[in-house]
Amino acid sequence: MNTDARGESLRAGGETALETIQPILQVNNLTHTYGIGTPFQRSAVEGLSFDVRPGEFLGIIGHTGSGKSTLIQHLNGLLRPTSGQVLLSGKDIWAEPKKIRDVRFRVGLVFQYPEYQLFEETVYKDISFGPMNQGKTGAELDHAVREAARLVGIRDEQLDKSPFELSGGQKRRVALAGVLAMEPEVLVLDEPTAGLDPAGRENLMANIRDFHRNRRTTVILVSHSMDEIARNVDRILVLKSAHILMDGTPAEVFAQADALLEAGLDVPQVTRVAMALKARGLDVDPAVYTVEDLERQLLALKKGGAPC
Amino acid sequence: MNEMIETESLRFAYPADEGGEPVFALRGVDLTIEKGSFVVVLGHNGSGKSTLAKTFNAVLLPTGGKVYVEGMDTLDEGLLLAVRQRVGMVFQNPDNQIVANVVEEDVAFAPENLGVPSEEIRRRVDDALRTVGMYDFVRHAPHLLSGGQKQRIAIAGVLAMEPECIVLDEATAMLDPIGRQEVLSTVHRLNREKGITVVLITHHMNEAEEADRVIVMDGGTVAMDGAPAEVFTQVEALRHMGLTVPDTVDLLDRLRRDGVEVPLDALTVGACADAIAAEFGNSD
Repeated sequence: MNTDARGESLRAGGETALETIQPILQVNNLTHTYGIGTPFQRSAVEGLSFDVRPGEFLGIIGHTGSGKSTLIQHLNGLLRPTSGQVLLSGKDIWAEPKKIRDVRFRVGLVFQYPEYQLFEETVYKDISFGPMNQGKTGAELDHAVREAARLVGIRDEQLDKSPFELSGGQKRRVALAGVLAMEPEVLVLDEPTAGLDPAGRENLMANIRDFHRNRRTTVILVSHSMDEIARNVDRILVLKSAHILMDGTPAEVFAQADALLEAGLDVPQVTRVAMALKARGLDVDPAVYTVEDLERQLLALKKGGAPC
Repeated sequence: MNEMIETESLRFAYPADEGGEPVFALRGVDLTIEKGSFVVVLGHNGSGKSTLAKTFNAVLLPTGGKVYVEGMDTLDEGLLLAVRQRVGMVFQNPDNQIVANVVEEDVAFAPENLGVPSEEIRRRVDDALRTVGMYDFVRHAPHLLSGGQKQRIAIAGVLAMEPECIVLDEATAMLDPIGRQEVLSTVHRLNREKGITVVLITHHMNEAEEADRVIVMDGGTVAMDGAPAEVFTQVEALRHMGLTVPDTVDLLDRLRRDGVEVPLDALTVGACADAIAAEFGNSD
């Protein structure tokens, strides 16, 4: 696993064909410093470098203050790097600052608690706001709105309702649909399931997984929940105090559960059980993050060992 | 008297929209919460758990049945202040419950309103902030604190009223893992050391592991009520209500279905690992 230089893990994995695919996003040596020249000067991200491949499902995890939010606000140009670059399809997004709005249509960002940003009279109007600003009209606009609503499971008859009549979970779906309706090439989600109950979390994640699978849109998921990240993404970036601590597949990252705990992250309970079993002398690989995996390992142990 | 809170056939309906039907959030709840206990209330969104919590200090009043706080009927307007002084609430969003620009002023807000003499306020504010481990921040601005720190300030604000009981209504839902741990260990300590009754409303199953008692709400009624080990071992019933079970119980349940003889009620990581090691380890 590589911890800082990008691309290494792909080469190490022997997937050389992937090297020829142009990354959709490239973050090069990105630093953002708040309060320059004041006593509060502090770099929220420092020298970050990584690539995102088209169609990848990337998870970003880190404790509060690790730089997650600062990082993702650079991906669609809400923040401008103090130094370093963000490339979208090979082009510096700040090459022509006047065209930054186009970048925001191509990289859709869904903030935390997006339901607080709903403002229109009807669900339909709220979802249309983004695509209308993109210049969509008539049948094209109508199609984009209805398709986005369908993707997040908002029913046709709910489109004429006021968004404020909906439940919290439904409001969040409407806010997500508003971004999906712009048909972004990259979808960035900041804690999309925070505050939802387990069933609501799983429903929303299923919508996002379907969207990713069907459209091959690149999705970047920011979360506190190791569990949620591990079950959904292809690759995980772990941030710790403004730097990348780890970059690898879920299995590679969970192989370092101790370092994750030290970084203030919540390792899934099943991973902690596996670590405890290992400490008790059982021959299990503690780099598990699903209950099914640990079950499988234990059953194999039963078959293989204990012949008497 | 050993009952902190008692409900009798408690019903609650949110008023109807124009032309609509009222929405029944509680449909007959009979509960007794013992003094000094640590009770976790679980349930999916819309199960009635938050509505129930809000009836415990008369934020919401029953539309049917009764709620008694130390024997005081919450419907008796004359007792409102006494009820609220005994049962303090901490809500979900840390940013919605801080009223002052300085930490100590925020914590002093309730006792000031209760007309507590100023030397006494000083003592209570300092005590409360020490208790939640936030005394070093006494003159800080609350908006610069982390979510977990803000929730601890909110808890200190409740403590300054010297309540018998604290109700936390999804107070950890918006916090990160460290913030959640800070709040949980604070309320566990208050329960253990000061004997304060704690009612914790949550949908994080793992916050219920160390509780004395777990109540599961579903459809406005009490669906399960018992010790954590009794409740969490009802795997199918919990899933049916849209709740998950802890990974430990899930793993043990799967192993049992695979024909391995492990107990189902080893809830904590350590207990679960011990149970599995006993069955799988080479004990020769």
